[in-house]
Parts: sequence; C-alpha cells; structure tokens
Amino acid sequence: MKQRLVSPVRMVWLLGALLIVCILASFTLGHYPVPLGQLLGILGSRLGLPIEVSWTPQMETAVWNIRLPRVLMSVLVGACLAGAGASYQGIFQNPMASPDILGASAGAGFGAALSILIGLSSVGIMVAAFAASLATVALVFTVSRHAKGDRVLGLVLSGIMVSSLFQSATSFIKLVADPNNKLPQITYWLMGSLSGAKWSEIGFILPPMLAGLIPLLLMRWQLNVVTMGDDEARAMGVNAPRIRLWTVLCSTLVTAAAVSVSGMIGWVGLVIPHMTRRLLGADYRCLMPGSMLGGGIFLLVVDNVSRNATTAGIPIGILTAFIGAPFFLWLITGKGDHYEH
Amino acid sequence: MSIEVSHLSFSYGQRQVLHDISFQVRQGEFLSILGPNGVGKSTLFRCVLGLLSGYTGQVLIHGTDARSFSVREAAKHIAYIPQSSRPIFNYSVSNIVLMGRSGSLSTFQTPSKADEERCAWALEKVGIPHLARRCYHRLSGGEQQLVLIARALVQDAPILMLDEPTANLDFGNQLLVLEQAKSLTRDGYTVIQTTHHPEQSYLFSDRILALQNGRILTQGAPSQVLTEQTMAQLYGAAVTVVSLYQDKVRVCVPKHITIQEEAK
Repeated sequence: MKQRLVSPVRMVWLLGALLIVCILASFTLGHYPVPLGQLLGILGSRLGLPIEVSWTPQMETAVWNIRLPRVLMSVLVGACLAGAGASYQGIFQNPMASPDILGASAGAGFGAALSILIGLSSVGIMVAAFAASLATVALVFTVSRHAKGDRVLGLVLSGIMVSSLFQSATSFIKLVADPNNKLPQITYWLMGSLSGAKWSEIGFILPPMLAGLIPLLLMRWQLNVVTMGDDEARAMGVNAPRIRLWTVLCSTLVTAAAVSVSGMIGWVGLVIPHMTRRLLGADYRCLMPGSMLGGGIFLLVVDNVSRNATTAGIPIGILTAFIGAPFFLWLITGKGDHYEH
Repeated sequence: MSIEVSHLSFSYGQRQVLHDISFQVRQGEFLSILGPNGVGKSTLFRCVLGLLSGYTGQVLIHGTDARSFSVREAAKHIAYIPQSSRPIFNYSVSNIVLMGRSGSLSTFQTPSKADEERCAWALEKVGIPHLARRCYHRLSGGEQQLVLIARALVQDAPILMLDEPTANLDFGNQLLVLEQAKSLTRDGYTVIQTTHHPEQSYLFSDRILALQNGRILTQGAPSQVLTEQTMAQLYGAAVTVVSLYQDKVRVCVPKHITIQEEAK
C-alpha cells in the first residue's frame, strides 16, 4: 500500500502549472517556432502592455491568428470532454461512461454530415452540429422518460440506441454523398481535428462551455454523494435526480460545444477521468478540476504530436485512440487503485 | 415522541405489502423490527425514511407529517445506515463520512474545516479514528458498518435507522456494531433496526416489533415478544425459549433438541 507523495489539492495546482508550461511550449514547436521571449512580447502587447516590438508581423500573425486559437481550442475541448466524462461516470455510477453516452457525439456527427451534404459554410456546419447534438440528447431524455423500470439504466440504454440510430443515419448520408468532394469532407470531420481553429469558433463555443464548466465545478461535492446511489443520497439530504438532471444539462452543453468544433475525438472523456482518479483519488472536489486540467493538457500534447510528427497532420481523433486505447488496457490490467489516502 | 406511524398501508401496484401498521418510538429508544424475509420490513423502512411516499396513513416525525419534509429537512431528522454500501469509486473513509454533511451544504458548497472536524469527532465516537485515511473498500464489513454509522452521526439527525446492520458481519463484529448502536441511545439517539436475530434483539432492544405478512403480529417489551408462541407464529420454527442470567438473555433452542434431552 502506497501513500501519496503529493496531496490531491497540491496535485491540482501542479496540473495547472503543467498546463501553462504545455501552452507556452506549444508555440515553440512546429514549422514556424516562436521563441519564448518574443511570444510573451506578442501576447503582452496584444493585451495592451507597452512592449518594444522585437518580432516580425508574420510572427505576430502566426502566434495570434493561427497558433493561439488552436492551442486554446485544444485545451478547451480537452477540458470539456474530460469534465463531462468525469461527471457522467459519477451520476450514472458507471466507470465506463463517456461524454457521448447520451448521444451527443452521434447527434453532432449527423448534424455535421447533413450540413456538409447540403453545402453549408463552416460556420453553418458548426452550428448544425451543436444544435443536432443538443437535440439528440433531448430526444434521449424524452425517450427514457417512458422507459419502464430503473431510470438511470433507461437513460443509458436510450442513449446507446439513439446513438446507433444517428450513426446509421450518418452512414447513409456518407453513402449518398458525392465521393469526390463531400464524402472526404464528412469523413475528415468525423475523424476529429483541431486544425484551422479560428477566433470566431472560440467566440461561438466559449459561452456554452463556460455555462457548463462553471456549474460542474461548483456542484462537484454533490457528485460524490450521487455516486452512492439515489436512496443513500436522499437519506443524506441530497436530491440525486435533480443533481443528475443539472449535470446532464451542463455536460451536454460542453460536449456539444466541443464536438461541434472538433468533430469526434474519442477516449479523452473516458481515459482522462480514470487517469486523474488514479493520480489524485475519487473525491470530485479534486477530481473535477483535475480532470478538466488533465483533459486540456492531454489534448494539447496530442495535438502538438499530430501537428508536428507528420507533415500531413494525422487527425487528432485517430491519435487519441492510438494513445488512449493501449493506455486504458494498461490501466485495467493493473491492480486498480492501490493508494491509501 | 420521535416517530408515530398510524394506520400505514402500502401497495406495490395490486399487491398490498403493508396493512394498517401503527407504532410509536420514543426518543432514546432502541426498537428492533423482526420478521421473516419478504414481510415488508424494508418497505416499512422506506416509507418512514421518505423513500416511498405512495402510502396511506400517516408518518409523524417529531410531530410533523413526514410527507411535508423536503429532502434536506428529512435528512435533518432521520439518518439511514444501509446494510452495506458499495461505492463504485475508491473513496477514503473520511470522504465517506464527510458525505453525511451534504444535507447541510448548499448545492454549490464544498465541506468546510468545521465539517471536517465534525467527521473527526464522529470517527472518534464510533472508535475508529485511526481508519480516517484508509480506503473504504479495504475495510472489513464491521469497520465499514461503523464508518456508515459515523456518516449518519455527522448528519446531526436524532433518529438512526439501521437496515439489517449485522447481516453481513461475523459474530464479533455483530456485537461490536450493536453495542455501538446501543451506546448511542444513551446519548439520546433513537435507534431503529431491522434484524433476523431474535436473540440479539432481545439483548439490545427496548422494544421489539414483529411483522408478519405485512401486519403487526405483536409489539412490546422484548420479554413479551420473544416467546415460544411468537417465534412459532413468526418463523414457523418450533423452538424452546430458554431464559438465562435472571432473564437478561433468552436463547431459542430447536424443540427436537429439548425433547430429546427431556426424554433422557
């Protein structure tokens, strides 16, 4: 039995520091590396600080208009997927739950595929994916209200069924899509990618992300109680169904926002909460912020690999699976969480 | 009066599970509910706890209709100690106990230093302060039960309801948990337990309520309930009730053994 070397609270702060280091390091990597001094200068002057210009305009464009949105997008998407995954694992008392368990990804994929088929702009695709994602989860929720027996099980089963329905619909769209231009675009979208992130996209997804992430962070203690089951939670004075409803709402909002700009990026929402739980324990007081930070770090690092390892840029959705699946196998073949607290 | 249940009946659909149940529990009393499997003990528990509300009749808790309580208010009156709790995630003992404070926190609050101190007090009270940092999963059944009692204590509810607290425990731990529950009644807590052990309930309770087919068979002082006639009616078991140590203890001995012994 091992004792933790670092307390969970301190570990959350360490993750925060690691995220900042990763963000800064991301600018110094790639086809157009920017030294740290100039990077800080550009960022500072953009924030209105009086700094002497020691960089070229091209450098500023690369940092501000290309690299920074992409870095922010990776961090935000990673944080949202991991935060939503951690929440779902708690409220469904199911360690295998991930952000797409209620159909958020399948719905977004369908919305995106349909809007590519009818030729919408990239903004149109994003909005359609977001709307379809929310609509799908709403549909799942409505269907599950009529399910007999256990409410939570009904919700999860409805999610699986409706997801597979929308996946089939997406496959059908791919079948009828023009194989010369539309099919590759749909396929590429579904594989998930963060390339071409723009400030306008961040402007669109940031409000729903914050509207979801902040309540999830604030409610994190109650999630602990909900994992004990509805009856026990109720006897302790916690209305578990109400917490679950709010958590589903917030998690759906952030997942829909994330997949609408990134496409399908699997594994982050499942693996990161488990990794974080291993690192700092099951208590959501630390697990929730830790998962969000961990998700941000993970996706940023993977995106840097995807950006730099190959000239073509492997879609990040493929890379997360390449890294996530073996990691998860390693995790489940280990002897679980040995730590005493 | 801690709890007054009057004319409580409950049905799952067409099947009536509880028929016209009435009983009262005084403050500081230890009540055991006896009865064979499937007679409605758990249903009765769930009605009193407010987990089921579709009953007829009335449950008064400290004089107030239990149905008028919010979830939060109910938790201030009654704490529930389940038979066993298997959290799916690996929580520490202090985490589990701290969850008992949740009813006193708003939805967006996390427990404070004062809440943590209350937990330390509760662990001390049930005699397991040394387990605070251990994993709940790794404790023995008896230790887990004590943790759940500590969790109920930090809820600051004067009524404790234990659902078959000794069902999964070895003999030593059964006595440990029951003695702990008994000592809490001396501090003014009201304790209600369901159990399958007539002898233990005789030893520890102030009153016993015997349930049969959803009706009250008999209730009263342990000496009135733990009789050969009641055991035969309740469990269909032919036993001789043997009284020991000036009737402080009663033991149920299967009849065929006493008959053989008397024949000698």
